[in-house]
Amino acid sequence: MHDKKIVLPGLALFLALATLPFWAPSGNAGTPPESVVKPGTESCVEPVEVMRARHMQLLNEWRDSAVRDLNREYVSSTGKKFNISLTNTCLDCHSNKSEFCDRCHDYAGARPRCWGCHITPEDHQ
Amino acid sequence: MIDKARRKLIARLGAAILFGLGSAPALDALLGRAVRASTPKGPGNGGIRRGMVINLAKCTEGCTKCLEACHTEHNVPAFDNPKDEIKWIWKDGYHNVFPGQAHALAPQSIQGRDIPTLCNHCENPPCVRVCPTKATFKRPDGIVAMDFHRCIGCRFCMAGCPYGSRSFNWRDPRPFIKTVNKHYPTREKGVVEKCSFCASRVDRGLGPACVEACVSGALVFGNLNDPSSEIRRVMADNLTMQRKPELGTNPSVYYIFQGGDV
Ligand code: HEC
Ligand code: HEC
Ligand code: HEC
Repeated sequence: MHDKKIVLPGLALFLALATLPFWAPSGNAGTPPESVVKPGTESCVEPVEVMRARHMQLLNEWRDSAVRDLNREYVSSTGKKFNISLTNTCLDCHSNKSEFCDRCHDYAGARPRCWGCHITPEDHQ
Repeated sequence: MIDKARRKLIARLGAAILFGLGSAPALDALLGRAVRASTPKGPGNGGIRRGMVINLAKCTEGCTKCLEACHTEHNVPAFDNPKDEIKWIWKDGYHNVFPGQAHALAPQSIQGRDIPTLCNHCENPPCVRVCPTKATFKRPDGIVAMDFHRCIGCRFCMAGCPYGSRSFNWRDPRPFIKTVNKHYPTREKGVVEKCSFCASRVDRGLGPACVEACVSGALVFGNLNDPSSEIRRVMADNLTMQRKPELGTNPSVYYIFQGGDV
């Protein structure tokens, strides 16, 4: 091979740079934002760990139940009953949407497209 | 003499045809079995068929209470440009509401007046057939409903609806909503919408907002499959008309022109 002296170190440098994001100890995932809930409310629709992991699925269930299955009442795993409504149930307790839903979604890089239609407490002001 | 290759080909074609005839749709057709259309026939499929009677003998000319109640309930925007108009329940002239049945010698009182009209919640809804995402569907109680989460804004349903009951959101409706009702979501640019027969109220045991707002009792809502319901009593005592009955959609909205004793 010609120019071995140049090609090999060049290749090594390229590999090092290309894999830099995987091994360089930079950046920091940060701490998840604190959740903000209306004072006086103790528990969510389902246990907090379940909500944290599965609230998007739960919202899909709620949506299909209300819109397609003609059922607007949700019975939780503990037997509590909730009116199925994103605006009037979820955002009643989590009334500060930007400090609760949005802050965590910004952190997680999730962008739910719901608020063009579903009304938030911020829309009233 | 036919050469071997041609014979083989013909035999294979014959086998393919026999195989095709054995397929389920072909068998159904050959044996005369009924093939179910995409929209099952029969009123609703759940014993209930919600319907409405609009009694023009009682409907006050110039009154817009039903329109206002509906628009407030569902956050229907009011655009200045009629091209952007979003229609749930609206008023139109006799000749536009009943083309084909209307004629020039009808009473002047009818020809000159506006007639309330809305989605007919057809028994055979063309909009449901053409919707590629099943965003529009027929509920078991006969209401032709929309799932806005599935609407891709293709507007096939607008082409399919023979009554002009559907509107497309060309613009963001939010700035044009007078008072926001937080009990019903708005819509956004790019989706189609129409009257829902107040499905969200009906499911909570309430009647439609327009019926509740009508002070003269011109609007009657009920179960068309229940012979003892108020709506059926009204229909038994008065001759009723549907819009464009010749199309076979079988609307669930009926009109009374000359009132009897209701
Ligand atoms: C194009 C407008 C639109 C968008 C976008 C939208 N929705 Fe909806 N949603 C509606 C409408 C209209 C209803 C019907 C309300 C009814 O029948 O009461 C509804 C109903 C629901 C319901 C049940 C009843 C209620 O009022 O909460 C849930 C839950 C729901 N949507 C969740 C969501 C979620 C989660 C998102 C975002 C991922 C979303 N929707 C995005 C318009 C929309
Ligand atoms: C009765 C009041 C109430 C209702 C209704 C309610 N929540 Fe909650 N939610 C809470 C409380 C209290 C917590 C616990 C907060 C904590 O412990 O930090 C919580 C926690 C959560 C969490 C986890 C937050 C975290 O920091 O991990 C999510 C996500 C959540 N709720 C989403 C929802 C959604 C979506 C709905 C509607 C389907 C809803 N909540 C309805 C009161 C409520
Ligand atoms: C503790 C953090 C946290 C909180 C608080 C939170 N979410 Fe989420 N949410 C997430 C994460 C993470 C995802 C993305 C999951 C994924 O992409 O698989 C998500 C996804 C969603 C989705 C689905 C998005 C999509 O594109 O399909 C919806 C809808 C949603 N959240 C609604 C809400 C609402 C409403 C609230 C406030 C009541 C809320 N979330 C509060 C973490 C949170």
